[in-house]
Amino acid sequence: MGFTQAFKLALKSLAGSKMRAFLTMLGIIIGVASVIILVSLMQGMTGKMTAMFEGMGTNTLTVRVTGRGSSRTVDVDDMYSLYEQNTDVFLGLSPTVAVAGTVKNGTDTDSFDSTSVSGVSEQYAQIAGLTLTQGRFISYADLEARSRVAVVGSYINNTVFGGRAVGELIKINGNRLTIVGVLKEQSDSTSATADDCIYIPYTTAAKLTAGEVSGFSFATRDASLNARGKKLIDEMLYSVFQNEDFYSISDMQEIVNSMEEMTGMMTMVLVGIAGISLLVGGIGIMNIMLVSVTERTREIGIRKSLGAKRRDIMRQFVIEAGTTSALGGVMGILLGASAAVSLGKVIGISATPSLSAVALSFGVSVFIGVFFGFMPASKAAKLNPIDALRYD
Amino acid sequence: MIQERTGAPLIELREVYKIYRMGESEVYAADGVSLAIYKGEFVAIVGQSGSGKSTLMNIIGCLDVPTRGAYYLNGEDVSELTDDEQAEIRGKTLGFIFQQYNLIPKLNVLENVELSLLYAGIPAEERAARARRQLARVGLSDKEKNLPSQLSGGQQQRVSIARALAGEPSVILADEPTGALDSHTSREVLDFLQKLHGEGNTIVLITHDNSIAAEAERVVRVADGKIIFDGPAREAFSRGD
Repeated sequence: MGFTQAFKLALKSLAGSKMRAFLTMLGIIIGVASVIILVSLMQGMTGKMTAMFEGMGTNTLTVRVTGRGSSRTVDVDDMYSLYEQNTDVFLGLSPTVAVAGTVKNGTDTDSFDSTSVSGVSEQYAQIAGLTLTQGRFISYADLEARSRVAVVGSYINNTVFGGRAVGELIKINGNRLTIVGVLKEQSDSTSATADDCIYIPYTTAAKLTAGEVSGFSFATRDASLNARGKKLIDEMLYSVFQNEDFYSISDMQEIVNSMEEMTGMMTMVLVGIAGISLLVGGIGIMNIMLVSVTERTREIGIRKSLGAKRRDIMRQFVIEAGTTSALGGVMGILLGASAAVSLGKVIGISATPSLSAVALSFGVSVFIGVFFGFMPASKAAKLNPIDALRYD
Repeated sequence: MIQERTGAPLIELREVYKIYRMGESEVYAADGVSLAIYKGEFVAIVGQSGSGKSTLMNIIGCLDVPTRGAYYLNGEDVSELTDDEQAEIRGKTLGFIFQQYNLIPKLNVLENVELSLLYAGIPAEERAARARRQLARVGLSDKEKNLPSQLSGGQQQRVSIARALAGEPSVILADEPTGALDSHTSREVLDFLQKLHGEGNTIVLITHDNSIAAEAERVVRVADGKIIFDGPAREAFSRGD
């Protein structure tokens, strides 16, 4: 008896008791569906987070100089000379100054607590992947002149200036600055998001805070050059400080990688838990197949009397178990995929199951059927034809 | 008209023993049976239940192997075969007709008749053609798509006869073929067996019923695992059994 014949027979046998077949498959359906849902959602989530980070530029190296030694120090010029000597690695550099304080509109009627104010260079827009909807970004001339200019995020533009912020005034710690540009929406234009921000020239920021420049953002030509760039910066800083506790260099690509690694691990754990239901489903199939072998003892005897060999009987039952499980797998994939897509829509991510997840779940469900069908099938194959024929 | 016994026997049992252990005691279901059946014979093996006729039928049908002794089928020693070798012989050399018809309920008539051909590895088209030929022979061509449950008992038994014939076996083994049928359909089945015999088929009929055994040309009477009579049917029943 060939494979196709055994497969047709299996389908016929399943069609003969649909309710029972469905209940047998249920464990596999639930198992496969949950695997598909979890994998799709996790992939969708990871994809969204990665896209977010990539929007900020994975080719970014962020340097913090924390504890300065009394005499040894690194200033903006040192960093710029490092950058200029290595333009084959670095694409841009911006000193960054975090400005703490109060932000108010020009007439002091509104104040904003959650707005982040940063001093940056003219290259920062390129480094951080910022684009403008109105006006211009900070220019080199602004840095030289320590101009009192600012570029604002879409939240400030929309809520304070009704969408026409360019030319208006904003007050930072009591200093009036003229708004020269508005950034494109990055998040959803609400407070405390990436849209709730103000960028000013770092020279101006240093003057306003009377502080030193302690942060730098480097952009490399490509994320693959991050490691090289990091090494260059590290060598330079170490030669100055002789101690790596005085500075830190974080690599955006590393952060993205470790985040992906983390979500990957989380996916594995969740899929593992979902896999338990696949195991339970497989045991359900084994159980029903054992019952089926007992019920069909006489049929097995007839087949054997007509020349069926052990392997023929074996194949029939293994294929039946595999078919049951595979059908359950297909139903689980369809159920899981539609649930993942609709859930993804609700939480705002794209959760289309990947082809590999679908192929893997299908393969696993066939394997489970065949694996758990083996024992009942071997029991059937070993039946003595005389006993089987006399069985009622 | 007993057929002339020429050449080697088709079925030959030599000193066959089948011993079952029942706790301490041993039961001799076949107690040194020697029997030769030639091509074209119609033999009835008759005996009460417990006489050992089923054991003989199982051994002849390659469903069981003897404890001791030799069984030659078509000149080949088949007394010490593995399960799968027995299965192959059953499929290719033997055709079974059972009391309970033993059709597979979820397969239609044609598929049931095709079964032994399927296991013998015959390609689909030839399988169907051969099965249809046998169905025509038993007059059930119009029922090939029916399920066994849609047929009468007599029709089901005819399907099982067609199935037994499909593999073109050397021997047809009929185990109480009329046991579940009324007298009218029994007659039909017996007439059909007679017809097959007339066409040169070798038939071994196992029954407890003397009147059925009388249909055969030769009767082998079994009791307590031994053959107590072997001769033409006329003589078997003239002694007032």
